[in-house]
Parts: sequence; C-alpha cells; structure tokens
Amino acid sequence: MGFPHPNHPKETIVLSQYFGDADARTYAGWVKRGGYEALKKALGMAPEAIVEEIKASGLRGRGGAGFPTGLKWSFMPKGDHKPHYLVCNADESEPGTFKDRELMRWTPHQLIEGCAIGAYAIGAERCYIYIRGEFTEPWRVMTKAVEEAYTNGALGANVFGTGKRIDIVLHRGAGAYICGEETAMMNSIEGRRGNPRIKPPFPAVAGLFGMPTTINNVETLTAVSHILNRGAAWYKGLCLSSPKSTGTKLFSVCGHIMKPGNYEVTMGFPMKSLIHDLAGGMRPGRRLKAVIPGGSSVPIMNAVEAEAALCDYEGIVAQGSMLGSAGFIVMDDSADIVYEIYRLAKFYAHESCAQCTQCREGTAWTTKILERILKGQGKREDLDLLLDLSEQMTGKTICVLSDSCATPIVSGIKKFPEEFDAYLSRAKAPALAAV
Amino acid sequence: MSGTAHAARHDAPDQPVFVGQVKDKLEALFPSYPTRMACLLPALWMVQEARGWISPDAIAEVATVLGLTPAYVRGVATFYTMYHLHPVGRHFIQVCGTSPCHLCGSDEVMKAILQQTGCGEVGATSPDDRFTVIEVECLGACGFATPILVDDDFHDSVTPERVAGVLARYP
Amino acid sequence: MSDLVNVTIDGVAVAVPKGTTIIEAAKQAGVLVPHYCYHPSLPSPAVCRMCLVDVEKAPKLLPACVTTVAEGNVINVNNEKSKKARESVLEFLLINHPLDCPICDQAGECELQDYVFQEGRANTRYGDYAKRFNPVEDFGPDVLYVANRCILCTRCVRFMESVADEPVLNVSERGDRAFIGIDPDHLLTHPWSGNVVDLCPVGSLISKDFLHKARAWDLDKTASICPGCTQGCNTMIDTRDDIVVRLRPRANLEVNRHFICDTGRADYRWMNRGDRIEAPLVREGGKLIPTDWDHALARLAELTRGARSIVILASGRASTESLGFVRRLADHGTVTAAVKVPLGTEAPLAGVPNLALRKERAPNLDGARLAGYAATWAGALAAAPGADLVLVLDADIDDAEAATLARARSAVVIGTVDDDRIHCANLLLPTTNMAEENGTYVNRDGRVQRYYQAKAAPGMARPAWWIAAEAGHLATGASAPKTAAAAFATLSSSMPGLGGLTYADLGHTGRVVSPATTGAAR
Repeated sequence: MGFPHPNHPKETIVLSQYFGDADARTYAGWVKRGGYEALKKALGMAPEAIVEEIKASGLRGRGGAGFPTGLKWSFMPKGDHKPHYLVCNADESEPGTFKDRELMRWTPHQLIEGCAIGAYAIGAERCYIYIRGEFTEPWRVMTKAVEEAYTNGALGANVFGTGKRIDIVLHRGAGAYICGEETAMMNSIEGRRGNPRIKPPFPAVAGLFGMPTTINNVETLTAVSHILNRGAAWYKGLCLSSPKSTGTKLFSVCGHIMKPGNYEVTMGFPMKSLIHDLAGGMRPGRRLKAVIPGGSSVPIMNAVEAEAALCDYEGIVAQGSMLGSAGFIVMDDSADIVYEIYRLAKFYAHESCAQCTQCREGTAWTTKILERILKGQGKREDLDLLLDLSEQMTGKTICVLSDSCATPIVSGIKKFPEEFDAYLSRAKAPALAAV
Repeated sequence: MSGTAHAARHDAPDQPVFVGQVKDKLEALFPSYPTRMACLLPALWMVQEARGWISPDAIAEVATVLGLTPAYVRGVATFYTMYHLHPVGRHFIQVCGTSPCHLCGSDEVMKAILQQTGCGEVGATSPDDRFTVIEVECLGACGFATPILVDDDFHDSVTPERVAGVLARYP
Repeated sequence: MSDLVNVTIDGVAVAVPKGTTIIEAAKQAGVLVPHYCYHPSLPSPAVCRMCLVDVEKAPKLLPACVTTVAEGNVINVNNEKSKKARESVLEFLLINHPLDCPICDQAGECELQDYVFQEGRANTRYGDYAKRFNPVEDFGPDVLYVANRCILCTRCVRFMESVADEPVLNVSERGDRAFIGIDPDHLLTHPWSGNVVDLCPVGSLISKDFLHKARAWDLDKTASICPGCTQGCNTMIDTRDDIVVRLRPRANLEVNRHFICDTGRADYRWMNRGDRIEAPLVREGGKLIPTDWDHALARLAELTRGARSIVILASGRASTESLGFVRRLADHGTVTAAVKVPLGTEAPLAGVPNLALRKERAPNLDGARLAGYAATWAGALAAAPGADLVLVLDADIDDAEAATLARARSAVVIGTVDDDRIHCANLLLPTTNMAEENGTYVNRDGRVQRYYQAKAAPGMARPAWWIAAEAGHLATGASAPKTAAAAFATLSSSMPGLGGLTYADLGHTGRVVSPATTGAAR
C-alpha cells in the first residue's frame, strides 16, 4: 500500500490508492480523482437499487463482525415517516488496528462520499461520524473536509441540486474503547455513558435517539463509492478464496514486524505472504511465534496456524481465530506471551464499562491473576482458575468485551502452555517486580 | 481542536465558561442533535479547551446549560478518560502502552518521558507544572509505535532518543 | 387463546400473556429466578446477569428479566448450567464485597447473603488480594452509601432517574473502579428518595434512622397501611420487642407499587409514645378518677342516651370500624360529625401515575365520608358548645379547640395520648392507636384496605369501635361485635357504601368500593 511504504505489487489498491497524496484531501483534489461521481450516480438511483447493488457486491462489515452490509441496510424500515440515522463508526480502538485512521487522514472525502451514499440508501438525512477523541489529526482533516463538502454542495439541504438533504455531523469521543460497540456508540452520541444496550431492540428498529439507525464502519463506507462506480460484479470478483468474502481489505500489521503498516489485499490473500512479503517479515534472526489477527479480541494463532491461514472471514476461522477488524499483532520469538496477554487483560479491565458483573469483576480479577503469575507468585491452580473464570466471562454479558478479555487468555494457555509453565515453575525470572 | 487546549487553564475557575463565543459555539451545535443531552460530550470538550480541566463548578454549569443534573454530568464525564476532572500540567502527555506498542518498546519510551519531564511516575505532574504524563490504552496508531499525544498533537514512532526533541516543542 | 403463550419452567407448564418476561412467567410457575438489578417497578437494564437461565435450543443463557417467553419454551432455572452461571456471578460479586455481615444492617434480609447461602461457593478463590475500598458517604437526610458493599445493580440510579425524575445519583467511573456517585450540593432530598434504601438488594444504601437499631431476624413484621395521607400506601410495620422501629413499603401495584414517601416512612415515633391514657377516667367531684371498663362504659352509655344533639370530632386516622361505631352511638339524635384533616403540600412521585404524598394528611377521609362524617371540622367545632354532648375520637386538639371544648355541656374523649387539653372532658377513655389494632382505611380512590395489629396496646386501651359498640349495647341492646372483622361485617351490611364486604374479601391489596371520590370528604 501507500504511506509510509511504496505499494507492493501483490497489493490490490482500491481504498488506499491516495494514501500519502495530500492533494487528495481537498475537495477539488478528490473531484479531480473521480470523487463524488458515485454520489451523483447514487442520487439518481432509487435507494432500494443501491441496497441491492451493495448486497450483490458481497460487501461485509469491516469493523469486526462481518455482517453483510446490503442486508443490514435492507433492515431499515420503509415509509415509517420517522427520522433515520446513519452512524459511521470511526472509533477505531481495537488494539492492533489503525486503518480507519489512515482512511480519514488521507481520504476524508472518500468517507464523506460513502456516508452520503449510505445515508441516502437507508433514508437518512443525517449521518453522525463518531471519531474517537484521541484521533486529533483525523478530526482536523475530517472537519475541514466536511466544511468543504458543504461549500461545494456535496452535503446540505440540496445535495448537488437534487433537492435531497444529507447532513454529516462529526461527533468526538472522549476516551472509551467500548464506544466502538454500536449500541454504546449510540448512547455516547446521545450524551450518556457509553454502556452497550441490550438487543433487541436492534438499531434498525430503535437505535439512535430511539429511531431506526444503521451503524457502519469507516472502511465499509469507503468501499461503497467504488462499488457504485465499478459495479457489484467487479467487487464480487475480488476474491481469492471463500465466495462469502469479497473485495479488498485493509490489513493493519504491527508489533514485531519489519514494515508495520496497512496493506490492501484481495480477500483470501495468504497470511504468510502478507506477513513475510508485504510487511517485510521478521526482524533479522527472529522467528514468527504468534499472531493475533483480528485486533486483540480474537484467539491467538501460533506460527503454524498463521502461516496456513487465508486472510478472509472464513479462512482465519478455519485456522482457529477470527478476522475481526483485521489488525495483526505479530509476535516473534522474543515476545513474552504471558506478559502480552496480561497487558491485553489490563486493557479490557481498564475499558470495561462496569455494567455486567462478569465483565466488571472478571476483567480485573483475571488481570490480577496474570500479574501474580508474572511476579513469580503464580500457583498451578491459577491456570484452571483462569480457564474457569474465562468460561464464565464468555457469552454471559450484554456485549462481548468480557469475551474479548477471555479469548486471548484461553487461547494463550491452550497454545503456549510452556510459557505459563516457565513462570509457574519459577524457571523464568519474574517479569514484574513483586511488591 | 487546537493544539493550545491548555493555554487558558489559569482562568478563574468560578467564571462561567459558556459566555460569548463559547456559548455561541455550543448553541450552534443544538440543531445538529434532537436533544440537548446529546451536546454533553461536545460541551465538556469546550470546557476542557477553555480551562484545561473540568471543575465541579464547570460540571454544574454544563448541567444548567443543557438542562441536566450535576450528578448526571459527572457520571458521564467520569466514564470518558480524556476528560480531566482534576487540574493537569500545562502540557498533557498520553503514551500508548497496549500490547502492540509494548512489543515495540513503549516501556522504554515511557521511562525516558518520565525521566526527562521530571514527572517521575505515571499519572504525576512535573514539579514545574509543565507536564502531566499518563499511560493510555491503544491510541489506534499501532503501526507507528510508539505513538504519543501531547495536548492535541500526535507524534508517531517515538523512541527514547526522540523524546527530548518532542518535549522541547512544549515550553 | 392466541394471546397466551405456553411455556414449561422447571417442569411446570404455565400459560402466560404474550410479552411476559421469563422472570415473571417463572413466578406464575412458582419458580423464583434469583436476580439483583431487576425490579418490577423499574426499567430493566439486565446488567447483574444473575437471572441468566437456560432456555432449551437457545445458544446462550438468556437474561430472564428482559427476555420474553416464546411459545413452547422449555426453561430451566435450576439445571446445572443456570446454577453454575449464578454461582459464578455470586463469586464475582463477592470478590469485592466485604464480609461484614455481622455489622451490616442488611444482614438477614440481604439478597446477596441469601443467594450465596443458597447456591454460592463455600470458599473464595480470590486469594489474598485487597478488596476495593471506598469511604462511606452521606447521601442525604436519611441515606448513607456504603460503597464497599455496592454490587452496582443500579436500582437506586434508575429509581431516581426514571421514577423520581430527579437524576441525582449516577454511576461514576467504570470497570471495577465504578461506584454510585452523587453531587454534594444535590443530595437525596427528593420526598420519595428513601425508597433507594429498600430497593438496594444489599447493605449499601442504608437508613440513618434505622442504623444499628435491630437485626432483621429480631423484627416482627406486620402488614399495615400508611396513616400519613389519603393515598393509603401499603406498608410493613417492623417492631422489635413491641416497639415500632421501621416502616417500609409493601407492594401493592394498584396503590403505591413498591414505594412509600419519606414523610410516611419517618412518621412512626408517635406509635411508640409512652404518655398514654392507660385507664378509663371518669369525672367525679371535679376530678378525673381512674375506673374500670364496666363503670366507664355505663357512664358513656348514660351520657349518649341522654343527648339529643351530638357533635363528633374525630381523627382522620381513626379506622372505618371506629368511625362507624362511634357514629352509631349518636344515631338517635341530631349529629354533626367531622374528621380533622391536617393539610400539607402535595408531593407526587413522577414515574407512577396517581401516586403522591397527598395534601390531605389523614388516611381515612373516605372511610369517614362513608360512615357519615359529613360536616366540616370548623362547622362541627362551632356546633360543639351548643350540643348536648361532644364526642372526641382521638382528634388532636389544639389550644383554641380545647377552649371551645371546655364550653361544651358534656364531653367524652376516646383518646390515645394523655394531654392537659382534653382534661376538661367528663369521661376519658383509653383507645388503641392504629399500630395497636386491626382495622380498615378507605383511601382516596375508594379502596378499602386492612391493617393489622403490630404491637400491644398500653394498659386498658381498647379499639374505639369496641368501646362504642359496648356502650351502644348498654344503651340500646344492640349486639356488640367482639372482633374487628365482626365490626366491619356489621358496618358493611348496613352501610351501602361498603357493599357488604367482609375482611376475607379484602385480601392483602384491598377492594375498591366506590369510584374515585377525590375531595368528597373535604
């Protein structure tokens, strides 16, 4: 892909074409590159036709769950005379993931165009883009771009003279991972604590401000203009493996890797090549030990699983993990799996919203147990305790934050028992100072 | 959001925030949301921009302006870790410490920052009131480890060696 | 029967209306689903996860409080899966909950203690980590927050937000650092805020008034009706060694749901007053001389029989039975009867329709109306000096009223508290207060509700209906009832307003005998 590395020949560049190209950030620059043609085309279509096109493309949600986008849009009620809302999830907070940040930083109009098309397709006149508070630079870029889009008639009461109204409101988060969960995000926009809501009711029935709402990830919405421009068949044709996973996908690769960055490849691309060719592989003298491929909330893959996996929704499941938000946390043989799992548990304990008992208490408790192991004070039975607590933290709560905390723990203990053993048997020196 | 978020932090805290331009700015947001409550996060940001932190008086003021109770506002404000509910140094430094950055040496970056700012420990403010340093969870820039935020300025790929250069820009 | 859904819960088949939650359906099947955050009078957030139950064919355990039943559901509240999940929730709740039950007011009526005892683990696996610590905070005139015991069920927050419509409580912070927060300048001063103490399933929100007064297992509990106003909230009187130590709401979905106001809650000390009339007193040679009931009743019969015009000044707190039988004493003459109605400010509870602390601070104005107390207080008082006999039924008499009473030709006081202002009477008869007798009140919506004797009466005090009925028997030969139930039955068979009801008909939630009569007795 582009910035900060030159494109690799094995990449399929669609969304990331203008990364690093400052001129593409401006309205004029974006139009020069063919921007807003898709929006104009969309406004001439029936909303249902757009939904059908997206359905036909096979586009699935890029935020983590992989729900078919066209199908999601089709859940929005028709003729209900209520305000509809589109919410763009730009709260990218999943450790290991940094693709939406780059999409907003370099191609803000690509996102604005996608939001406008999406809003029109679901009968919404207003779209909120929820940008995490820490994204100060994307916020500035997006603010400027939205202003420009209004000035040029791409947003507002009369978009491109069609008489159609589409407004975009940027809403800034303030430091809460859980607001990336769609119902928590709606609460946050409403001025509440970012607590996930119970479903049902589903957002398409009663979402933001109690109105029918669709929530889409940044990357999902940026793909929309390309699908309208080039056709669903083209997008569907971008597929190397499972026909259920189509299009291109940005993979964020970070951790122990020579060339960290975002790489855009066709769905089904081999993970081995992505890590070793595109991202430059391991540092000299180092071997791949593990990859957490979906952001941090999915099972850890060992090197064998990772190198055998194909990068799409089904391919990663086949190797025992999940695609998630496609942020690869790569660990070489210098990594301390126990410590990194502890660090993730600490993350989830910090971010738990405090609603559900298992999550509020469980994330903190498992962190303490892992801390004790790292201090060289662990007991053999701690592993069984961790597994038992993890089981009770899985599938029991309103959202999946608690499950996400348990997932790396369970997979870590299962796949890297020797690393836990080293601490428990005191063969390895404590990684944390005992108090 | 400007990079001078904390410039005006020594304003008398008992003076109202939502007067003049700030009031206009808040009221300009009202049409963008169907409820006043929805303007709560933006309003808290405005307070923090104006004052550098969100005092109990400011919480009461936000509550009045938006028709909420102070307790409600405080409950929301404490949920979001970016709101400062206590005064902080002139410059606020957030260092990412989550796994991807930890793998790439964020601990060393943190050590250098604590030492060079004089803060000594995470969460502390330096004796000269210049810096407050905290460790934060994932800043969403894992490919640019270690990222840090100083006030509203993002610095990527910070290494212990680069710390001095970054700090020098914040007198 | 398409609006009924058939489900099986722990092997018991029940049919419940469509839209019923599993937790409510389980009640129909006689199964209690343990829960903390759920409360039938509050919106359900499904956060405590205690009520997770196994629904066959569902991939995950489902929260019984928000999941509605579907036709054919087979629900297992007590199989291994559901129990294991509950055991785990209890373990998670206990890791930061102090084991200070020996000094906790909630012990004995604590839902955490109960469920842990019932199905929790015998030992902790938490090890030697320090528990979360936060200081005790003052939340208002009668509420303390013991943060360490809090299980974050948020019932209190939801009550203040959704029911009281005054969101002065919040959840502050997040993760395991979370606690219930309050703004120090806006404490729990809402007139209904005391309910948070009852709603709290553990000993986190506690009443200052009740602090360390009694252990739950030392209390005797008696169903009662709040005598504070015309609303007629259902209450529970808690006594310890015959002393009332606490009033709490008793559920009646038609009247007060699960709530009572702070005024009603705090107003019980008069029930324990020691300065009582303990024996009948009869005026002899200018002095009040103690006597026995035979002499006192004979004197009362004699006084009433001889009176052509009688004024009755009654307390609005008197039972329907007492009001009725005292009124009967005067049936043979001209009667001017009124009840005293102290007035206050109306304080509604926003989230419950037709629930308020009412302006009229007496519980039985509609009972009085049914019993024929039709005069105004001022009118009856004005008529007192000209009447042959003034009968005072436990009404509070102030100085000016006492002066008027002193001008009466003859006065009988059936009273509770001994007071110089009523010493002008020819006859003083000790009666029970409402905590010491069985009786009924009729609330502002015409609902007849029973209350029960919660403590022993002092000395020779008797219910006023008994006194009046016995005197009536001596005067006219009418048969006198021996129990409150018989007294009520006698009245209801002759008073059209009561429609022939008996105590058995009233049950625990009362019966409405007349349409809303707001203002009729005032």
